[in-house]
Amino acid sequence: MDQLGFNLKSFAECTADLVILLVALCRMFVVVEMVDTVRIPPWNFHRQLNDAIAEELNKKLANKVVYNVGLCICLYDITKLEDSYIFPGDGASHTKVHFRYVVFHPFLEEILVGKIKYCSQEGVHVSLGFFDDILIPPESLQQPAKFDEAEQVWVWEYETDEGAHDLYMDQGEEIRFRVVDELFLDTSPTGPKTEQEAPPSSTTPAAAADDSTQKKETPYTLLGSISEPGLGLLSWWNS
Amino acid sequence: LEIVVRESPIRSMDANAAMLSNYEVYQLLMELKEKRKESVKNKHSTGQQNLNTIMYETLKYLSKMPCIHQSPETVKEFLSAMLPHKLTKAEKLQLLNHRPQTAVEIQLMVEESEERLTEEQIDELIQKVTDILPGDPQQEGSSSADAEMDASTDQC
Repeated sequence: MDQLGFNLKSFAECTADLVILLVALCRMFVVVEMVDTVRIPPWNFHRQLNDAIAEELNKKLANKVVYNVGLCICLYDITKLEDSYIFPGDGASHTKVHFRYVVFHPFLEEILVGKIKYCSQEGVHVSLGFFDDILIPPESLQQPAKFDEAEQVWVWEYETDEGAHDLYMDQGEEIRFRVVDELFLDTSPTGPKTEQEAPPSSTTPAAAADDSTQKKETPYTLLGSISEPGLGLLSWWNS
Repeated sequence: LEIVVRESPIRSMDANAAMLSNYEVYQLLMELKEKRKESVKNKHSTGQQNLNTIMYETLKYLSKMPCIHQSPETVKEFLSAMLPHKLTKAEKLQLLNHRPQTAVEIQLMVEESEERLTEEQIDELIQKVTDILPGDPQQEGSSSADAEMDASTDQC
């Protein structure tokens, strides 16, 4: 189905940007239907078309964030291959491919478990390993909470009959949280002045977020909350 | 790149738009890993690094979750057992992914659980989850309190 009405044989269309969004109904991992034109260079003509295409799609999408869709993990399957074309001046073949891709896109209110990467004034930064940009802001922590400047750690001042018992949110601790918001930023290049490319999420270095003068724009950020019974460090709730 | 707006039925979860359980993603990645082992020369090229990274990290994350002990049969059995409780797809998926062991976890995953579930029903849910969904065999083996404390890192 030619959704855009573009001329398939035009070379420019091979790099057409994403146009339509996916349905709101999502889970931690979802399968997203996509259509794209894949370019196979002549030195790969000896390979099975499906394999060459799968490799190209994974090269293009794996570990990359697609704006408003999520973090792409791997190819689920290829549903349709249209005819392959060769254009004048380019020896490669171009094939329009309908496929499905596994995408990480947790739904709002979903419960996830991750590890505390580090704490800062902004809140507690959590990582899932393959996805790093999760923040639990101070107001969404178990209250009352305070930031220990010396140790650079957030502390839940848990009140018991004997007085306040400090529970530290240390690095590396496993933490259960609820996804309360998501933020997609378009980090595509804007021109010679601001040269930034969307980095693969799982290799975003932790130090970059602390540099307030040049904030690294993360294409996909999740906001979490632990202000409910059962949320927070797993060790707090396991009896 | 064009994203298609359409609901697409996925195997093992009935036609409700494109969701995947952790178990399915885990299976998919393991199959892909096996396939890539066979074609040794390609996977280290610079273009394949991203796929390698995301596969490695995602498998590492998923392998700590109860999903790796599941099978299509357990998933089916679990979904049938959940029928009388009238849970939404999202809630069933979370129970499947996390295998909650306590009432507090059930309350987190089921919306308005105080109104929809009695205490007995919550206990029933925990029992079904524990019985039908396999846990970590190492963890289940030891019955001492200490082992349960250590196992807190395995629980999701």
